[in-house]
Amino acid sequence: MAANKTRRAIPGIGSASLTDLPVLHPVTRRMDGPTTTQWLAGLPWWTALLLMAPLLLWPFYVQAASKFTVMTAFGTLGKWIPFLFISGFLFNILISMFAMLFGTLAGAALGLGQVSKFGVIRRPAWFITQLFRNSPWLVILFIVLLALPFEIVVFGYIISIPDWMKAVFGLSLPIMANISEIVRGAVQSVPTAQWEASESLAFTRRQTMWRIILPQCFKRMIPSWMNWYAILTMATPLCSLLGVEEIITLSRQAMEAENNHPELLVPFYSFALALFFIYCYPIARITIALERRHAVKL
Amino acid sequence: MAKWTEKDPIVLIKDVHKYFGDLQVLKGVSMEVMKGEVVCIIGPSGSGKSTLIRCVNALNDIQGGVIKVRGIDLTDPKLDKLALRRRVGMVFQQYNLFPHKTAIENIMMAPMLVLKEKEEDVRQHARQLMKKVRLEDKENAYPGELSGGQQQRVAIARSLAMSPDVMLFDEVTAALDPETVKEVLVTIKDLAQEGMTCILVTHEMGFAREIADHIYFTDNGVIVEHGSPKTFFDDAKDPRTKEFLSQIL
Repeated sequence: MAANKTRRAIPGIGSASLTDLPVLHPVTRRMDGPTTTQWLAGLPWWTALLLMAPLLLWPFYVQAASKFTVMTAFGTLGKWIPFLFISGFLFNILISMFAMLFGTLAGAALGLGQVSKFGVIRRPAWFITQLFRNSPWLVILFIVLLALPFEIVVFGYIISIPDWMKAVFGLSLPIMANISEIVRGAVQSVPTAQWEASESLAFTRRQTMWRIILPQCFKRMIPSWMNWYAILTMATPLCSLLGVEEIITLSRQAMEAENNHPELLVPFYSFALALFFIYCYPIARITIALERRHAVKL
Repeated sequence: MAKWTEKDPIVLIKDVHKYFGDLQVLKGVSMEVMKGEVVCIIGPSGSGKSTLIRCVNALNDIQGGVIKVRGIDLTDPKLDKLALRRRVGMVFQQYNLFPHKTAIENIMMAPMLVLKEKEEDVRQHARQLMKKVRLEDKENAYPGELSGGQQQRVAIARSLAMSPDVMLFDEVTAALDPETVKEVLVTIKDLAQEGMTCILVTHEMGFAREIADHIYFTDNGVIVEHGSPKTFFDDAKDPRTKEFLSQIL
């Protein structure tokens, strides 16, 4: 199968089908309902400016109301911006990437467990999925924070677990459960005829899964997967409740350092909001674009 | 049972009963197919024809009776389904090609993954098969780029790549445009003339009459009548057969 190395778009999967004869039955049911991503991608691009507006207008209001001038307000935020961005926001991104990585790996395994033909694997996989899919993220985070020891001893070495690592673990659990559902849904969306065809060619179940079924659903999973990444990124400020030094924690600390002027609240939080929007909005747009591209008749 | 010899039926179906839940689909069906024979099963929809041939490669299990393919007993609890399916090829109504693989990859997959044959040998064999089904210029086309008739011919080649002893055809022309039916039938006819044992479920009466050695008529889970094409079409005894034929012909 190596002869045709340059991969073309596969009609019906990577591009529009050239024939309307049924190759696979069309996927009539969407895998998820309206998603956060769809809502986010539906916003016009200038929402970013709108979010920045308080940032820009607030100082004028403040100047009129108190001795705090435009320059001091701008200056105060401006002074903190590099710190907030590099030590704060980039750390949020780091947390989101680690949580997504672990969540995806564990979720893929759990999802395959959910379509196992062995009940002893399928039922626990289903239970774990439902448990973490339907629990509030914050509660999961608190449990993880309080239940995990702050250090573990491995072969006499003491390895300390920083809070942010616990946060990564805590956030990866609901991601795991949702990825698990995506995998299960995608596998089950492949028509059973594909299973029968490979069975009748004497493929084992494992071969059928890895060679026939999963390659067909891989692309269908990407939009939902990205959707959950955007949601996860937007959920990372939850970690500030655990004392993880991410952007919200640092913003609060910065404001404290600036004598807690209430006038600073709006600029600082608007800045954080704008950063998240600028990061997540393109992801949402790409997700929707991918979804449209794969919404071809199969 | 003694070892299978050429004198024994290659497919032996004896008093087979099949239930889907409470619904009895096959009510004691028996037939014998000798090596090289072409057998057509016809009958109204819902009469159990497709179920019967799906039982022959163990896609469906049976609740009573015996099915033996080349001496392999399908009711044996220790049955090696994979070994059975290497001997029995099946072609479906909806082709069921793998849409993410090109035509030739569809054909090559099973010999490479299941029989672990060398890629070069498999590719050569696959090319011969593509030629046999008259699609040598469509090697690198994806199923979505092929017409229904072409897809079905690739599906036939895909089954042949495993060098099966028996080919099962489950209403393979039922989903095709009338003008592409012929190209698929010609392919099947070639196969039959080469001595491949074929069991076909079909609604193509003219075709059945032309190529079948034996015709079985099923209705409501039983075989009502069977015989050579000539006696079956010209001299049917059972009133149900007569009624069916009068509606079709």
